[in-house]
Amino acid sequence: MPEDNMPEETGRKGPIRRFLDAPPDSVGKTIFVAVALCLVASMVVSAAAVALRPVQDANRLIDKRVNILQVAGVYDENVAVNDAFEAFEPHVLELDSGTYSDQFDIETFDELAASDDPAIVRALDEDPAGLGGQMDAYRMIYLLRDEAGALDKVILPIEGYGLWSTLYGFIALEENGNDIYGLQFYQHGETPGLGAEVDNPRWKALWNGKKLFAEDGDLAITVAKAPPPEGAEYFVDALAGATLTSVGVDNLVRFWMGEAGYGAFLERLKAGEVG
Amino acid sequence: MAQTYRSQLVDPLIDNNPITLQVLGICSALAVTSSMSVAFVMSLAVISVTGFSSLFISMLRNQIPNSIRIIVQMVVIASLVILVDQVLKAYAYEISKTLSVFVGLIITNCIVMGRAEAFAMKNPPVASFIDGVGNGMGYGLLLMVVSFFRELFGSGSLFGVTILETVNNGGWYVPNGLLLLPPSAFFVIGLLIWAIRTWKPGQVEEREYRIQAVEAH
Repeated sequence: MPEDNMPEETGRKGPIRRFLDAPPDSVGKTIFVAVALCLVASMVVSAAAVALRPVQDANRLIDKRVNILQVAGVYDENVAVNDAFEAFEPHVLELDSGTYSDQFDIETFDELAASDDPAIVRALDEDPAGLGGQMDAYRMIYLLRDEAGALDKVILPIEGYGLWSTLYGFIALEENGNDIYGLQFYQHGETPGLGAEVDNPRWKALWNGKKLFAEDGDLAITVAKAPPPEGAEYFVDALAGATLTSVGVDNLVRFWMGEAGYGAFLERLKAGEVG
Repeated sequence: MAQTYRSQLVDPLIDNNPITLQVLGICSALAVTSSMSVAFVMSLAVISVTGFSSLFISMLRNQIPNSIRIIVQMVVIASLVILVDQVLKAYAYEISKTLSVFVGLIITNCIVMGRAEAFAMKNPPVASFIDGVGNGMGYGLLLMVVSFFRELFGSGSLFGVTILETVNNGGWYVPNGLLLLPPSAFFVIGLLIWAIRTWKPGQVEEREYRIQAVEAH
């Protein structure tokens, strides 16, 4: 049906009316509908994404801060998260040397780290934590001081692959660099009721008071089904029914506490060089 | 029109339920029913997507070229799903973390597309909107029933509130781990279909074949 066959008297109708009355199956109209719909849809979607971005970012940040507060054991529902978070002292840590780096702006470091910027990423030969063959060479860590201003706790971000997903979390260590205060994941996609029991407060409480390193200085912490012959203080009971998630947590904790992770920093912490 | 608005809204709940009668939208029903609060938010998301996608598609129905109608429907549905996902991320962050990918997968939910193609392309906007909401509610109702059983017997809780104290937390109830895994939803949905069709035999499909009696020679 050619659309230019309209009789002259329809000239009274405006061009839009004529267009709407044209048969939808003509080529011109098909293309017009496709283009117009794509334009409108993309504008709606991008407007929503842009408009809601600040709220979403704020949510994400608060969620992360709540987890930092919780893992350090100072979370109080009645205190505004951002106020409570003021107590923490953020530093950008260079993993290789275990020292603070001041070449990044603390405010914008998170965005930079999320961007996979090749300048701050290094390749991994061995990847037991399943990080996709690369990791950030710099991490943001948080120090918590007691009232006298002495170092009380250190909160380190950790992550690694479980069964279905990468688990993102924090581990809180005492100032001696050996005793674990707490461990908590803030983002994961493990099976509810099985692997997701990493969120169970009773299981998280198991980490409190465990030690990372044996007396000879070797990394000794494990997550296992049966306690090792000696050293209950290095042993966290694995989750029932979630063998692979438990193995993943074991791998990622040992990876991050090892040489490729925070090893150099922990050495300095144990030696009392971190103040 | 044969159907009243009320029947459009109520019929899909049981008499014409998209899951139990039409057996559509099963995949997401398996995935999001391990806890009731997640299933509830998922239901709301699907209700709003089916409702509004039917509304918009019906408003456009006389202008949609037949040759690209499926892709046009997809674009409308996909845009709405992204909107819902963004809103959840902004205002229900905790839940959106648990729902993760399944909100995005509403796009592939056959119910949404099914209503757009079967109803909204031929009916006026208001009727289409109500039809979409009704079908979304039918989906949601079933999700709630399935997740009720899965959460109660799988985790011993409802909406996260402990009902049966589980052994892990020092109680007496040994949770049924199978119910937390997606395949268990097959059993629950299967049993529900059985129950509904026993209650309403009209839903039983006619046999496609009949075993013939052996002829005597």
